[in-house]
Amino acid sequence: MSTKTDTPRDPGPDSGAPDARESGTAADLGAAGSQLSTAPAEDISFPSLGPIGWARWFWRQLTSMRVALLLLFLLSIGAIPGSLIPQTAIDPVKVEDFKGDHPTLGELYDKLGMFHVYSSVWFSAIYLLLFISLIGCIVPRTWQFVGQLRGRPPAAPRRLTRLPAYTTWRTDAAPEDVLQAAQGLLKKRRFRAHRSGTAVAAEKGYLRETGNLVFHIALIVLLVAFAVGGLWKSEGGKLVAEGDGFSNNLTQYDDFKQGPFFDTETMEPFGFTLDGFDATYERSGPQKGTPRTFRANVSYFSGADGKEHKTAIEVNKPLDIAGSKVYLLSHGYAPVVTVKDGRGKVVYSGAVPFLPQDPKNLTSTGVVKVPGAQTKDGKRNQLGFQGFFVPTFGGKGSGSMFSQFPALDYPVLTLTAYHGDLGVDSGLPQNVYKLEQKNLKQYKDGKGTPVAKMMLPGESMKLPGGDGSIKFEGIKDWASFTIAHQPGNGLALTGAVAALLGLAGSLFIQRRRVWVRAERVEENGAGVTVVEMAALGRSESPRLPEELADLAAALGTDAPLVPDAPAPTEDPAEPADPADPADPADPADPSEGARA
Amino acid sequence: MNIAAAANETLAHNSNLLVYSAMAVYTLAFIAHMAEWVFGSRSKVGRTAAALTAQAKAPAAVAVQVAKQGGTAVLERPKVITKAAAGSREVPDGPGAAGGTEKGDLYGRIAISLTVLAWALHVGGVVARALSVQRAPWGNMYEFSTTFAAVAVGVYLLLLVLKKNVRWIGLPLITSVLLDLGLAVSVLYTASDQLVPALHSYWLWIHVSCAILSGAVLYLGAVATLLFLFRDRYEDKLADPAGKQPGAFASSVLERLPSAASLDKFAYRVNATVFPLWTFTIIAGAIWAEAAWGRYWGWDPKEVWSFITWVAYACYLHARATVGWKGRKAAWLGLIAFLCYLFNYYGVNIFVTGLHSYAGV
Repeated sequence: MSTKTDTPRDPGPDSGAPDARESGTAADLGAAGSQLSTAPAEDISFPSLGPIGWARWFWRQLTSMRVALLLLFLLSIGAIPGSLIPQTAIDPVKVEDFKGDHPTLGELYDKLGMFHVYSSVWFSAIYLLLFISLIGCIVPRTWQFVGQLRGRPPAAPRRLTRLPAYTTWRTDAAPEDVLQAAQGLLKKRRFRAHRSGTAVAAEKGYLRETGNLVFHIALIVLLVAFAVGGLWKSEGGKLVAEGDGFSNNLTQYDDFKQGPFFDTETMEPFGFTLDGFDATYERSGPQKGTPRTFRANVSYFSGADGKEHKTAIEVNKPLDIAGSKVYLLSHGYAPVVTVKDGRGKVVYSGAVPFLPQDPKNLTSTGVVKVPGAQTKDGKRNQLGFQGFFVPTFGGKGSGSMFSQFPALDYPVLTLTAYHGDLGVDSGLPQNVYKLEQKNLKQYKDGKGTPVAKMMLPGESMKLPGGDGSIKFEGIKDWASFTIAHQPGNGLALTGAVAALLGLAGSLFIQRRRVWVRAERVEENGAGVTVVEMAALGRSESPRLPEELADLAAALGTDAPLVPDAPAPTEDPAEPADPADPADPADPADPSEGARA
Repeated sequence: MNIAAAANETLAHNSNLLVYSAMAVYTLAFIAHMAEWVFGSRSKVGRTAAALTAQAKAPAAVAVQVAKQGGTAVLERPKVITKAAAGSREVPDGPGAAGGTEKGDLYGRIAISLTVLAWALHVGGVVARALSVQRAPWGNMYEFSTTFAAVAVGVYLLLLVLKKNVRWIGLPLITSVLLDLGLAVSVLYTASDQLVPALHSYWLWIHVSCAILSGAVLYLGAVATLLFLFRDRYEDKLADPAGKQPGAFASSVLERLPSAASLDKFAYRVNATVFPLWTFTIIAGAIWAEAAWGRYWGWDPKEVWSFITWVAYACYLHARATVGWKGRKAAWLGLIAFLCYLFNYYGVNIFVTGLHSYAGV
């Protein structure tokens, strides 16, 4: 960031700030050195009494560099806790765990907003103050800069010898011709140049300040984009089993979050069907079990009567559809079961998604709820099954019921059964992945041990008392998707790109002024023209004298040097050590990259 | 998306051999650098330089001439007189590690030659690793660390080729490279393998390469900043003959470094040059995150720490231009900023769980 980044040792008298002690040349330069930077002046004086005085003082402090720096520092420190303490927005379960493990600390953190740092009052206060400070800095700087663009480069100071880079020579060419040539030359090199008196004043590198302003305005654009994204977004999750579909409608979502201004009445009509899922996993080596291919094949449509298209959604390749994006989130297995009740009637048949408990090898748990089942006498006897599914069973001798590999190498479904009242008729919403066991009785065998069976595909389990059976028909894949609608992404990208370009401009472009003076002097009875050139940059750069030397050499063709020129300085301390350039250690000078 | 190709075992093995060989040669380069510093400490030139340093403080405004052309050319081209800004300390740069001694210089040159050799082996190792897995070799911490060190040395060698005065970085750089590679082969080592699907994206090339290059260059800036803090204190002590004077060892080392002003300028230029690249790294990461996870910014720990690093460098750049902050305070900010980068790499990958947990440790 560099609105306020003013290059060190600014030779200009920036409104006589405390800098003055560092800029010995300032007094001599007058207007010539002024406003090379449009940075705010540092003001540490105390206000006169009265509310207006205080308000003005407060505003000045807020927009000062020192306070901006402090706020920036606070912003970075304030962001730290959010990366170390679990955040509700990222992982609510972890937050609950944390609160359970550390009750006192958890309560304190809760009060401080530590579980939602980035939307907490204090964090918002920091960045809002920072942005107010930023605006308070940019607006006056922009006006000042516009003024500079409409005005002309400041006239040459009286004594050019005082400037950081200076050269002079004598020539026979007339002053008028020299100045004309100089102006032409500077203009050709894309300086803004004009004549004032016996000198030409020129300036170049306005893009530095432009870049600086663009960068800081772009930061505000980014903040706005962030806000727009937060206020109008919607995000929902949907788990779809192979062969099933989804259409964009509030009732279809498993869970749905929306920004305060999102309108659920006008959701775009689109949808898709999961045709299949491809997953392959590393079979050997230390990363055994790591997914290698992960692809959901879908048919989608957009619009009320849109045509179907086939495509694949992968982890890095969301489906872009009607202003929303469909992301592939995770994948799991849905055992296909058929349940017959006591009458022998098929009361349930279909795929039941099981949720992975072990993300690596996909040991999954799930439930089957069969509300329509009856006993052979025709009595209401709702059935519920609970159990787990392993895609690769370790074998009976392995001693482990956990899956050994995420692919379907040796799928086994283990279920226990319940009967009674599932509680689904009460109208209260229920978790589809959990059995409400309050009014259910587990089926037990004669010895009182619960009935349970490990089934391979095709096998079935009979319920005691002729209450029916469940058959494990096979396995379907399921995939879960996030369907996100986030406006403001384009704006954010625009802001980011503008910020980057502005930053490059403000760091790589050097703003500098050049003056050329040509005056006739009488010497030994003959007239001769003394040409003086000087350059001033915002920072002390070794390229500045090089550029001046270049310009002088170029001007030399129109104002050839008269050989017996006396020493160019009034300063008797002629440079003694020509082999010691200011700074040989410099790598590419960042403030010089874009020299024309 | 690539179909899981079996990692080429032979190439992976060769890559490891090359990295180990590079470490052996870096160790030799380290010893040669030590010899350079030791022989340099016996230099008379060094002592004289210290004396000069003390002397040069007295006159404030010294005009330094930059003559672009010598001899007869002066006739066609007028001399340009430059003037340093008033108030800055006019201290010449130290003579370098060798301290002007012939023997020290010889060892310094040997060290650099060995560094070039080690770097060639090192780059070979990184390339072999990339070939063995047929992808960008930045999928886990081992690969990131080895590439990081290779890029840091590469940037240093490039600056040497460009005839910049950076030989003083040699010893600290080789030391850190050895530490980095040592950590990589012992703690962070991950066998050559394919990537998880989330990393299958061309953004891996863009985002991670920028992160590595920014980090490597920021590292050089941080070394300069750290040395600036020492050298600046040293110069302060010299400037005040009545106060406590630096010890013999400190003098011997610090007098051979570039002047505090040069170190500060170097650090600033390096940091300012790479700041836009770091900005781009974050933007590229956000674009990738938008494609992979459905949002461009989600306050994932890695994102948070990239942001903190960015803000810390922004702080540094602003501080360097603020009265009352430039100099040592700004330098501390620069160091803190680099520590943030380091934490973002080691700390976040190892101690914090987030979406960037591909560390493989």
